[in-house]
Amino acid sequence: MKKKADEQSYWGGVFHRLKKNRLAMFSLIFLVVIVMACILIPILSPYGIEQTDSLAQSASPSAQHWLGTDNIGRDLFTRLFYAGRISLGVALAVTALECIIGVVLGSVAGFYGGVIDAIVMRVSEIFMSFPFLIICITIVAVFGSSPMTLILVLAILSWPSIARIVRGQILSLRELEYMEACEALGISDIKRIFRHLLPNVLAYVIVYATLGMASVILTETSLSFLGLGVSPPTPTWGNMIQEAKNILVIQQKWWYWIPPGLAIFSSVMCFNLLGDGLRDAIDPKLKR
Amino acid sequence: MRNYIIRRLLQMIPVFLGILFILFFLLDKTPGGPASNLMDPKMTPEQRAELAAKLDPEIPFYEKFVNWVGEAIQGNFGYSITHKKPVTEVIGDYIGPTFALALCSLVVALLIGVPCGIVSATRQYSRVDNILTVVSLIGISIPSFFFGLLLLKFFAVDIKIFPLFGLQDPLLMNPNFFTKLADYAYHLFLPTLVLGMGSAATFMRYTRSSMLEVIRQDYIRTARAKGLREKVVIYKHAFRNAMIPIITLLGLWLPSLISGALMTETIFALPGLGKISVEAVNARNYPLILGINAMLAMLTLIGALVADILYAVADPRIKYD
Repeated sequence: MKKKADEQSYWGGVFHRLKKNRLAMFSLIFLVVIVMACILIPILSPYGIEQTDSLAQSASPSAQHWLGTDNIGRDLFTRLFYAGRISLGVALAVTALECIIGVVLGSVAGFYGGVIDAIVMRVSEIFMSFPFLIICITIVAVFGSSPMTLILVLAILSWPSIARIVRGQILSLRELEYMEACEALGISDIKRIFRHLLPNVLAYVIVYATLGMASVILTETSLSFLGLGVSPPTPTWGNMIQEAKNILVIQQKWWYWIPPGLAIFSSVMCFNLLGDGLRDAIDPKLKR
Repeated sequence: MRNYIIRRLLQMIPVFLGILFILFFLLDKTPGGPASNLMDPKMTPEQRAELAAKLDPEIPFYEKFVNWVGEAIQGNFGYSITHKKPVTEVIGDYIGPTFALALCSLVVALLIGVPCGIVSATRQYSRVDNILTVVSLIGISIPSFFFGLLLLKFFAVDIKIFPLFGLQDPLLMNPNFFTKLADYAYHLFLPTLVLGMGSAATFMRYTRSSMLEVIRQDYIRTARAKGLREKVVIYKHAFRNAMIPIITLLGLWLPSLISGALMTETIFALPGLGKISVEAVNARNYPLILGINAMLAMLTLIGALVADILYAVADPRIKYD
């Protein structure tokens, strides 16, 4: 039996509206395909990540090497997807970590208010006033450039925005009558925050996280491009473009740097479209 | 208002000190201080100890921090180790191109972003709106370094109408003020385009959504009902209110503009702050890193304050006290 839209659950309704947004659905499918390709690349590609083909060094794209090879004959199509593992993996880890820190601190600040709120807000102000790029460069240069450092640095620098969103929502939700009921029933603080308040904020967190993925991919690739993110031989989309710092590469070897650039661009664009679509689907009132 | 500004300025002090403290702490706790790069392998152990003591005296961490802040308040940020000059002087030498680039891009972004946003909003769902929305989405999704490299490939490598790098043509004959200015503009064109387009996309998105919100309000209907021309309704009545969020964005945009300028500089090899920051980090030139960070953090804080003040100036309904 088919349910009517108004009988659907909250998330069912969201997905129903999202399905109607063709651009967002296309982005979702595109992203799923990219992620699957990154995961399955060892099966899909006949070449290994460091495997060199001595007969085809810096060869242009051909039937054997779809995106050509680099200076020492590594297949660039294969490397592009291994690089996607790092770029997308780092973005996912940063977004997850930043949301966890942000949600916990934001909800605690919003729920308890007073001194705790003041402290969390001042600290978040400090973090928001950091000159982001320079601090990233400084910390990465100081602690070395492994994916782990990068994840920690980016997450620690970017939690304040989500914390502020969550805090704002909790501040207004806390005043509603059902919270009074919770208090009257003697439900513990932790349960009240995580069982009764946070589910109402979840939608905002999901939208923020989707758009956040886009900006983390941009930041990670920028840092790797500067040689201050993840360093070779581990490929990422950012450090693959680094090759184009050489003018001869820009001039003659487009297959070195244009595919990773397009990979960054298309995945960021898809996350942005999906995020916009989710926002419209979650809150139809906001739709413009 | 005056009290508000004074209070905000006072509130900035602990935040600013907090930023400096965290930075100072990080740099102090790192192995391989500035001395390690300057040490000549041939130096005797005594000479090494002497140099290390001079650059990194063995006093408690908090004392070093207090000393540094004390000096910094008087405008002395120490000596840049690699340039052998005071940090303030080094920053002064390199800040020009960065600011020129940031300012030009801001102007470009405003001149393109705001009108496009208005057109897009007034003709919502039209073909123009769809095209502009897609273009702005591309603008915020394309990494600046990739866009920069693409422009370099087309305009500097393939059809060679713009220079590849640098800020000046070393072969410029008889430079006078005007030819020099033209030369700078010629060299800054592509970088400005890269940085300006990215910001223009953001400004357009903000202008569009803010304009859409305003033109649905009752007073706009009243203005139309009075029989005012559409141009007057949009540009005189709606525009003023729609600009309020954009003005706020201007102040908050300052740090991203500077970070963007740093990124763009490295692609086009411009001698600006971006170049010396990366160099300073690689050489572990701590006084310079601290100096640049302190300056940028200050700019960020001032930007946020200016945003709040302009907000009140633009919208008389908002009162601070």
